Amino acid sequence: MRRYVIIGSGAAGLAAAETIRRKDASGTIILLTGDRHGYYSRPGLAYYLTGEVPEKQLFPYDRNHIRNLNLLWEQSAVVRVHPAEHQLYLEGAKRVDYDRLLIATGATAILPDTPGISLEGVVKLDNMEDARHILRLARRGATAVVVGGGITALELVEGLAARGMKVHYFLRGDRYWSNVLDEEESRLVENRLTHEGVVLHHHTNLIEILGRGGRVSAVQAQEGDRDLRLNCSLVAVAIGIRPRKNLAAQAGLENARGILCNEALQTSHPDIYTAGDVAEVIDPVSGKPVLDSLWGPAVQMGKVAGGNMAGANLIYRKEIPFNVTRIAGLITTIIGQVGSEPAKTPSENDLTGAIMRGDSEIWRQYPDAVVTQTVGGHNRLRLYVRQATLAGALVMGDQQLSGPIQRIVREKLDIRSIHNMLIAPNAPLSDIITQFWRERQPAHAAFGFV
Amino acid sequence: MLELFRDTTIKHAVLAAGQVTPDSSRCVQCGICSYNCPIGIDVRAHALRGAPVQENRCLTCGECILRCPRGVLRFESALPERL
Ligand SMILES: Cc1cc2nc3c(=O)[nH]c(=O)nc-3n(C[C@H](O)[C@H](O)[C@H](O)COP(=O)(O)OP(=O)(O)OC[C@H]3O[C@@H](n4cnc5c(N)ncnc54)[C@H](O)[C@@H]3O)c2cc1C
Repeated sequence: MRRYVIIGSGAAGLAAAETIRRKDASGTIILLTGDRHGYYSRPGLAYYLTGEVPEKQLFPYDRNHIRNLNLLWEQSAVVRVHPAEHQLYLEGAKRVDYDRLLIATGATAILPDTPGISLEGVVKLDNMEDARHILRLARRGATAVVVGGGITALELVEGLAARGMKVHYFLRGDRYWSNVLDEEESRLVENRLTHEGVVLHHHTNLIEILGRGGRVSAVQAQEGDRDLRLNCSLVAVAIGIRPRKNLAAQAGLENARGILCNEALQTSHPDIYTAGDVAEVIDPVSGKPVLDSLWGPAVQMGKVAGGNMAGANLIYRKEIPFNVTRIAGLITTIIGQVGSEPAKTPSENDLTGAIMRGDSEIWRQYPDAVVTQTVGGHNRLRLYVRQATLAGALVMGDQQLSGPIQRIVREKLDIRSIHNMLIAPNAPLSDIITQFWRERQPAHAAFGFV
Repeated sequence: MLELFRDTTIKHAVLAAGQVTPDSSRCVQCGICSYNCPIGIDVRAHALRGAPVQENRCLTCGECILRCPRGVLRFESALPERL
């Protein structure tokens, strides 16, 4: 009987456990996790902060589902892995033996080394404990400062604003999320934030967090060329994440920014697999290792790694990167290539060498032609047009067209018949795409999902 | 709760027919859909399986569609609107 050990109770770990159990009814599956809350929707933490969803709703599985998987679930951090001996150690020196091991330890928020960073009142948003911590500290009417340029930073801004805090948002560059959004989109998002009472500070660097009695009382920053001092009780930081690869590195597994693995998600030790945010998979097309920080790929990788651990022969094919998020109330779908022009100001990513949550490095490649359309003030369409295909798209606001566009990009549908129409000045992009899609589909299915 | 952040810009279309259908590739399992269902259907479980909500109890009130922060859900027979 095979012994499978999984480290991590996140999206990748659970997907692997489910897949192993489906293939091997009798093997022993041991799931080790450092998170006492187990498995829950990490992206959902943002909506727990805004109050749209209560905490208990973030757990997708009831006890029965977990029980039916017949796992030995242990809440304990793994401190060391010994590949040659097929053993690992938990806190308290407890030993666990394995035949096949999965390291799905995810990624963790980077904290800058700003003076004052360890004061009470400095928060990040990685997990359930962080969300609870933030909610304990959030005070209606008090001032919060948020630092960072990506989705998680904005989710912190929105969450704290929804809790009645006066939020000051520090951006290092001249606009929000400049390596994914274009200028108009950034402006659209920023206008909506300002309208909600959020105070934006561009070109602003946090210099020091000041405290009184061990608690945050103010920040000192540089805004453009002037000094800024702001009293506040909370500082939220989301400047990027870093894969938790320490265990693998100490065990001598090959690693770079994450744990390196092949398309079967096998690490440099054949009985050890990896999946999710910690895995750095070699892209078969470019030959380069790529990191993702996305829920969907984490689940996909978990399935492939789990299947292979149980004897299957599966390959992880990196899909066209795809993410849906909600920024300043606007649902935004990002698919394929969407990188805007090289940033004029350094982004958080460049500075930390990390990537942002909900980000994919593949987005930042350059296109042939970019066309955009804004309708009704906040509905935005941006298409990356090649001769015969759409390389990528961003759909912000109304999502009516995002289903069809997802398929046009993913399936590399031939768009030569509309290419010239799309790149014409002031082209009505949404009409052109709607028409194109309608002509390809049986009338009744025109906008259904498949 | 701030109004703007709630306004997910999905139009609250009233539709007589049609079933709630998920695009599971968009779903991050946050559970807002199930939480807002007035009759307690576990919409998230459908989204996880990629299966339409084929329960005759479903009122097709559209509450789950409106609340979902990721545009996962829609009425299958929804007619194309302009962007
Ligand atoms: C606030 C927030 C917003 C997000 N938004 C989006 C989004 O919009 N779209 C999207 O696609 N993704 C989003 N994500 C990212 C998404 O949640 C992750 O990509 C996904 O959770 C990765 O899954 P994972 O299993 O690789 O890692 P995780 O879910 O991070 O799980 C890692 C697990 O490993 C455990 N662990 C780590 N080290 C040890 C150890 N030494 N011993 C034992 N256990 C250990 C941890 O406790 C945890 O259980 C967001 C994440 C957050 C936090």
